[in-house]
Amino acid sequence: MVKFEELNTLNPITWCGGCGDFSMLLCLKKAIVELNLEKEEVLCVSGIGCSGKVPYWINTYGFCGLHGRPLPVATAAKLTNHKLTVLAMGGDGDGYAEGTSHFIHAARRNIDITYIVHDNQVYGLTKGQASPTSDKGFLTTSTPNGVLEMAINPIALALSAGATFVARSYAGMQQHLIEMIKEAVKHKGFAFIDVLQPCVTYNYKNTYQWYQAKVYDLQKEKHNTSSLTKAFEKALEWDDHEKTKIPIGIFYQAGRDTFEEDHGQIKKLPLVKQEINKIDITPLLKQLQ
Amino acid sequence: MVEVNKFAVKLGGEAGYGIAEAGKILAKVCVRSGLYTVVTNEYPSLIRGGHNTAHIRVEDREIYSHIKTCDILIALNKETMDLHMQEITPNGAVIYDGAETKIETGRKDVQLCSVPLAQLAREAGGERIVRNTVALGAAFALLQGEFEMLANVIQETYHEKKGSKIASINKKAAELGYSCIKEKYKGPFRNQFKKEKQKQSILLDGNTALCLGAVKAGCKFHAQYPMTPSSGILSYMAQQAMEYNIIVVQPEDEISVINMAIGAAFAGVRSMCATAGGGFALMVEGVGLAAMTETPVVIIVGQRGGPSTGLPTKTEQGDLRFVLHVAQGEFPRVVLAPGDPAECFYEIGNAFNLAEKYQLPVLILTDKYVVDSMFTVPMFDQDKIKIDRGYLITEKQLENWNDFKRYQFTEDGISPRSVPGQKNGIYKAASDEHDEYGYVNEDPENRKKMMQKRFKKLELLQGEIPEPKIYGDKDADIAIIVWGSVKNQAREAIKLLAKENIAAKVIHYLYISPFPAEATRHLLKEARINLLVENNLTSQLGSIIQEHTGIFIQHRLLKSDGLPLSPEEIYLKVKQIRGAYGEI
Repeated sequence: MVKFEELNTLNPITWCGGCGDFSMLLCLKKAIVELNLEKEEVLCVSGIGCSGKVPYWINTYGFCGLHGRPLPVATAAKLTNHKLTVLAMGGDGDGYAEGTSHFIHAARRNIDITYIVHDNQVYGLTKGQASPTSDKGFLTTSTPNGVLEMAINPIALALSAGATFVARSYAGMQQHLIEMIKEAVKHKGFAFIDVLQPCVTYNYKNTYQWYQAKVYDLQKEKHNTSSLTKAFEKALEWDDHEKTKIPIGIFYQAGRDTFEEDHGQIKKLPLVKQEINKIDITPLLKQLQ
Repeated sequence: MVEVNKFAVKLGGEAGYGIAEAGKILAKVCVRSGLYTVVTNEYPSLIRGGHNTAHIRVEDREIYSHIKTCDILIALNKETMDLHMQEITPNGAVIYDGAETKIETGRKDVQLCSVPLAQLAREAGGERIVRNTVALGAAFALLQGEFEMLANVIQETYHEKKGSKIASINKKAAELGYSCIKEKYKGPFRNQFKKEKQKQSILLDGNTALCLGAVKAGCKFHAQYPMTPSSGILSYMAQQAMEYNIIVVQPEDEISVINMAIGAAFAGVRSMCATAGGGFALMVEGVGLAAMTETPVVIIVGQRGGPSTGLPTKTEQGDLRFVLHVAQGEFPRVVLAPGDPAECFYEIGNAFNLAEKYQLPVLILTDKYVVDSMFTVPMFDQDKIKIDRGYLITEKQLENWNDFKRYQFTEDGISPRSVPGQKNGIYKAASDEHDEYGYVNEDPENRKKMMQKRFKKLELLQGEIPEPKIYGDKDADIAIIVWGSVKNQAREAIKLLAKENIAAKVIHYLYISPFPAEATRHLLKEARINLLVENNLTSQLGSIIQEHTGIFIQHRLLKSDGLPLSPEEIYLKVKQIRGAYGEI
C-alpha cells in the first residue's frame, strides 16, 4: 500500500499560489492512500490546461496527452489492462469544449474509470479566456462584451449521456472531495466528478467566497441517488445559481455492466498479459482458398 | 483460335444488383481450378442505383492487375452496354437480356448472347436481383466450364450468407442461364475454361491481407471509424475479435481512434488503427503525440480521390506528401506503401516490429486499388511473421533497476519501455518536451539532446529499410518507377513490352520513409529511360526522389481521374517515349 509521501514527485509545481488545484492534488493523493492502492497500479491520464499538470506531480504512471483527449487514452489503457485504476483529469476547457464528444461517449460506454474535471469556469493556461462553463455575461479577454452563450451543464450532460456515477465537489471542502474521489474510484463504471475549483488569477467572479456561500451537500439533504429524475432536478439547479444554491455530492449512482465486462476477450486474462507469439491463423487462411 | 484459360469477364449494372458478389464467385471458381485471377471493382459512393462494374481477369499464370479489355461483357442494364461495348475484344461476347435491352451498337465482331435473365430469375423462384447469377451461369457455359464447379461455389457462398433457400434459388438460376447458352449458342466460344490442378493459392483483397498480418503479428487492439476504402478492416477485425482475443472499438471519431490506439500501445499491447485521408486529417495531432511520447502505433491510411470528400470510392495516390509530413514539428516516422496482398500481409508484420523496436508511429499507406481488388496469391507463410518487441522491458528486468528513465539518452536513441502496472517502471508519457523521466523540460540543452535522441533512431532504422524492389530484367535500359499498387499494372506493362522484345524493368518503392536515397541514386543511373508512373497529378514520389537525390525524372505518366492506371496506358507511354527517341 502506498504511503502519502511516496506519491510526491520532485517536479516543481507551477500552479498559481492559492489555486484550487493544490487542494485537488492533495485530495487525490489522500484518496489513493485511503483506498490502499499501489502506486504502480494507478494510471493518471490528463489533457492540456492547468488540470493537465496533475500527472507530473503525483508519483503514479502518468500520461499527459493532448488538449481534450484524456478520455480515449484512459479508455484504451483500461481495456488493455483492466487491473489498473485509471484516473482521467480534465478541465472545463479541455473536457467540456475540445473533449465534449469523448465525455459523452465514455459515459455511454460505462468504462470503469474515474473522470475528474477541474472546473474553474475560465481558461487558465492560455490566460483568462471564457470557458464553456463561464457564466453568461462573464467578462474575459476573449469576451469583452460578456459571454454570449449559456453555460454548459456538466452534471446534466453526464446524466443524459448515461454516466453511472455523477457527482460534484468543491476544492474548498477537502474532506468532501476526498470522499467523492474514493466513492468514484470504488464505483464500478464511468464515474464523473465535476470539481468547482476557483481560479485565483483569472476568475474574479467565481471565488472561494462565492462558492463557499452557495454550495450545499446533497447527501445531508437525503437526496435519492438512485433516481435519475431527482438527479436531473438537482442538476438543473445550477442553471439558476444566481438565485439558488449549488448542490454538491453524489447526484446519481447506478449499476450497469461496464465496457470491459462486456468484452469476453479479457474475462480470463487482461489483454496486456496475453501471449502473442504462437497465434495460428491457418483457419482464416483456409477460408480464402 | 481457341484460347484456354486466358479470359476476362466484366459484369455491369446498377448498384445493389450483386455485381461484386457475382464477380467474386467466378473468381473463386477459377482459383479452385488452379488459375490466377484479379478482380477489380468500380462503383460510385451510394448504396442503390448508379453504375457498378466488376472485372474478373483470369489466366493460368501469375497475373498482377486488371486490363482494359474483356472477352465477355455481362450487361445487366443498357448503360453497361453503352459504356463498355467498346472494351470487348474482337470475337468476344455480350450477355444481355434481349427482352429488356435492345442492342444499338455498330460492333459486328461481337457475339450477341441474349438470355432472358429476368424471366429465368423468376423461373428459378428468385427476385430480379438473381439476374446476376443467371448471367454468371450463361457466361460459364460460354466458357465451357463444368457446371458443377460453379454450382459448388454458389452453394457455399449463398448458404453461408443467406441460408439454404437462397442458395438453391441461385443454383437453379445459374443452371437455367447455363442451359440457355448451351441450347442457343452452338459454336465453340474462343475463350475456354479448363480445370487445372488446384494450387496452394488464396484469393483476397489488400484489406483482408492487412488484417491477417495484424492478427498473426499479435495486434491486440484495433480502433477505427468507418471510412472508404478502409472500412473492410474494421469489419474483418471485429469478426475475428472473439476468436483471437482482440479488442476492436468503433469510437466517436478519428481523434478518439488515434488516442485510443496510443492509449492501448502505451498500456502495453500491439495496437493499430485504420482510416482514409479525411479521417487521417483528424488524427494529425495524435500522430505527433505518438511520436513525442515514443509510443509504437501502426496507422493504416487508405487513399481515395481527394481533396476533401473527393472521390470516395475511386483510387488515387494523392496522400503521400500528407502522410510524410503529417503533424507539427519534426519527428521520425516510417511510411510504407504495400502494393499487393502479399506485401500487405508480410509488411504489416514488419510494421509492428519497426513500431516497437524504434518506438515511433508507422504509417501504412494503401489505396483503393490494392485494398478493394482481389488477387490470387500463393498461400501465405505465416511463420515468416516474427515478433520483435524491441526494448520493452519485463517486470523481472525492472526488479533491480535503479532510477528508471523511460526516455534515457542511449547510443542508438532507443530507450527502455515499461508499461503501467510494472513495479519500478513509473514514468510520465508527455506530449510536452520532456526530460529522461518524462517531466516537462524546456531547457535548450535538454531539448537539443531529446531531438537528437529521437532522430538518432533513424540511423539504425535506415539500415533495416529494404531498398526499392526490381521486377523484370535488371539490365533493361527502360525503368518504370512506381510506388504502392501501381507496381501491378507496371509489371503487366513490361509483359506487354516483352512481347515486342522491348526490355523494361519496374522499380517499386515499398518503403518511402526513411527514404532509400543511396539506392535510388544508383538505380536511376542504370537505365537509359526512367519513367515515373503515379496515380496522382503532381508526381509526389518524383518530387521526393528529387528532394533526396537531386535527380529530376523527366518522363512521367500521371493520372488522377479516379480510375486506376492500366497496363496498356503504361505500355503506350513507353512506346511513345521510345518513339520520341527515334525507336519503334
